[in-house]
Amino acid sequence: MSGARIPWLYAFVLGYLIFLYAPIVLLPLFAFNNSTTIAFPLQGFTFRWFTELTRVPALHEAVKNSLFVAVVTAISATILGICAARASTRYRFPVQGGIMGLIMLPLVLPEIIVAMSLLVVLLRLGINLGLWTVILGHVLICTPFCVAILSSAFRNLDRSLEEAAFDLGESRWSTFRLITLPLVLPGVISSLLISFTISLDEFIIAFFLSGAETTLPVYIFSQFRFPARLPVVMALGTILLVLSLLLLSVAEYFRRRGLRQTGAGDSGGFL
Amino acid sequence: MSDTIISLRSISKRYGAVLALDDVSAEIVRGEFFSLLGPSGCGKTTLLRAIAGFEEPDAGVLQIDGQNMAEVPANRRPTNMVFQSYAIFPHLSVGENVAFGLRRRGLSRAETARKVGAALEMVGLAGLEARASHALSGGQRQRGALARALILEPKVLLLDEPLSALDKKMRNQMQEELRRLQRHGGITFILRTHDQEEALIMSDRIAVMFDGRIAQIATPQTLYRRPSTRRVADFIGSMNFVPARVVSEQGAAYELEVTGFGRAPISHEQAPEGVSGRNGVVGIRPETLTILFGAEAAGPHVVTGVVDDLVYYGDMTYYDVRLPGHEEALRISMRNTAGRRVLERGAEARVAWSPETFVYFP
Repeated sequence: MSGARIPWLYAFVLGYLIFLYAPIVLLPLFAFNNSTTIAFPLQGFTFRWFTELTRVPALHEAVKNSLFVAVVTAISATILGICAARASTRYRFPVQGGIMGLIMLPLVLPEIIVAMSLLVVLLRLGINLGLWTVILGHVLICTPFCVAILSSAFRNLDRSLEEAAFDLGESRWSTFRLITLPLVLPGVISSLLISFTISLDEFIIAFFLSGAETTLPVYIFSQFRFPARLPVVMALGTILLVLSLLLLSVAEYFRRRGLRQTGAGDSGGFL
Repeated sequence: MSDTIISLRSISKRYGAVLALDDVSAEIVRGEFFSLLGPSGCGKTTLLRAIAGFEEPDAGVLQIDGQNMAEVPANRRPTNMVFQSYAIFPHLSVGENVAFGLRRRGLSRAETARKVGAALEMVGLAGLEARASHALSGGQRQRGALARALILEPKVLLLDEPLSALDKKMRNQMQEELRRLQRHGGITFILRTHDQEEALIMSDRIAVMFDGRIAQIATPQTLYRRPSTRRVADFIGSMNFVPARVVSEQGAAYELEVTGFGRAPISHEQAPEGVSGRNGVVGIRPETLTILFGAEAAGPHVVTGVVDDLVYYGDMTYYDVRLPGHEEALRISMRNTAGRRVLERGAEARVAWSPETFVYFP
């Protein structure tokens, strides 16, 4: 590689990585720091902030809400994703490009726009804000990710496998159950995990549409008003960071396993 | 009338502007090995898939074993398909793959196992039930797909270019094996192939297709010796085309004036498309021409030309011989039997020809 010999490229890459990951490294650092102020030098090691986490009912409520929203969102977005991905990879229908474009649009639309317009419409319709309106917004932004993951899973699936099962006497539905679903299952799991992760830490839509209910990111944001609570937030952030990495790794593992099983080449992915 | 298993009457299928099947009619006889042969895009894929039930014809009647298939989906037709990609289910073992179609037959576990064992044995995969299907080689997948289809004892087995992904040696072996399975089981086989040699070797009858239409249905011998159109003649094997003129018609025969050869009497059946005008071409197979060496006895029909080029294959030599008055050289294939020399470029060649092998196209 001739590019590897240019020294300033090394420096650029290093600077880029530090800029990107240093704040994330600081998170666990201060989560275990025995001081209420977020500043160097570090004051000693403690689990204090983590134990304090267990004593805040409002936080528990927020976690429960977030988990509920994330689970419902993941399942709904993945089901919608399966339908859209299968339709777009198996059939040709009028204005297909336009329809798929509309489904994928929230991927590039600023979230604040999505959140505001949803808020206006929901208020006009007289719908009370709450967890279900958050779920609505989250499904909207998660579905494109699900479609992207599942489209690749369906595309890698040899169409003649489904035809063979049908030809051997199975019905359309049992073919889907016995052949299609097991073969795209890694993609489905990967889609569930990624939409779960996106929903769990999504802030803007949750902030606009949650009404009186609070999700975890909204709760965290509210805590920033109290400097004394910052270390607790750091501890919470650390837990979320570890969980997110874990989930994404599992998702990627299943995606790759799926590729191996169908014997297809790797065409992108998230990790 | 022979025993018809599949009857196609005026089948048409259109994809947008493309007429994939254009008024196709054919009768396929029970127990025969029938091939659909043609260049890519000729409609043979569509026809095979229409028989399987994966494509619905826009018009026409398709009957299998006397039953109209119009409302019958693929999973309820007495046909099974061996796919080009084999379509072996990657998440199931070899045994589970082969047993797949038996799921709905309500057989006992022991009966299923016995049938799977017998089917695998028949295709030469005995004892591989527990093998993961992705651990199979290309040839083994092919056999697995065959076993999976044959275990259901279909009335018709559809083979979709099943040998195209195999190497030459394996292909020859599978060709023989397919023939054996077909004769042994008495099942009607329909093979889609673009390989004319494969079709000639394996089939009882061949349907040659161009542009969504069947150009000729015939046995391999008839197809080779008496192609019905110039296009079929050009597609099957190699053939020399020489300008010719009809000189006279005498009862059951024509007399032609063939450029470079002279007068050639031919029968009516050597002009399958008839004689619409005075001018046409004569098709001559390379192996029906013989280069004479030294004292070999000459028949009444001998012409002399010059060797333009030659290709030596060991057992065969292919000559390009130019006759007086010819723009293109004639391809002549000669078996290198004992006592035959190989001529050199520029040498004079005496060529014996037999008018009874000629085919005339207007």
